[in-house]
Amino acid sequence: MTKQQPKSDSATLDVENDRAQVDSAIDQVGAALERHGYDKASRFAVKLALQEGLANALNHGHKDLPPHTPVRLEYTVTPDQVVISIQDKGPGFDPGGVPDPTLDENLERPCGRGIMLIRAYMSDVKFDRSGTRLEMRYERPATKA
Amino acid sequence: MQSKDSRLRVRRIDQVTQVEFIDRNILDEGNIQAIAEEIGRLIDADKQPRLLISFQNVDHLSSAALGALITIDRKVRERGGQLRLSDIDPQIQEVFVITRLTKIFQIHETADDALKSFKAS
Repeated sequence: MTKQQPKSDSATLDVENDRAQVDSAIDQVGAALERHGYDKASRFAVKLALQEGLANALNHGHKDLPPHTPVRLEYTVTPDQVVISIQDKGPGFDPGGVPDPTLDENLERPCGRGIMLIRAYMSDVKFDRSGTRLEMRYERPATKA
Repeated sequence: MQSKDSRLRVRRIDQVTQVEFIDRNILDEGNIQAIAEEIGRLIDADKQPRLLISFQNVDHLSSAALGALITIDRKVRERGGQLRLSDIDPQIQEVFVITRLTKIFQIHETADDALKSFKAS
């Protein structure tokens, strides 16, 4: 009997700024990708984007909020794509206002690479107008012939 | 001296301080800060530090870790020293390429290659 692959894996998680909670959320999404047969490179890409998105929301968005204020993570993994959203309760920010870290004059700045990495590894990335909600989508790469 | 809570393995080879990470994932900002401070103390201990950071055991690296490496590099250069990176997994190497940090860091395939590069310079 062939093992039936689940059509989709979805969950909504509230994640606090606690390494164990962040790791657990990333592992949960990584395990869903594995169940749907995503390869190591895809898992690396999604886990990296998720790490950066959560770090951005928890460390910057929630910087001035009580320490246990959670962000809301929602994800859906299907055989074709991974859709992730992260909603924080912070004041928001202007993603367009983050300087391009790959310009020569910014290369030695120690901060500001998270969003750029998310954009590099994910297929689509959107912030809502207030900058408190990140939506990102990873499309499964076409299988090489 | 390394503390018992150290997240690093430190060896001295010739006049080079070689550092390896104990953790496979270098992600948490608190841990990264502690690691950066520990490496900072190693840099301060040398007049002209020669520092090799090996990523042999590392599977994942966050942008916060990249930021710490930039700060470490600056500190080494301020003291007239040299920094080399080695044994970087191809997927992590791609992160260095995407961020253009290959322009700042001298990255070698193996620790041996990196050690030789110190001698040549």
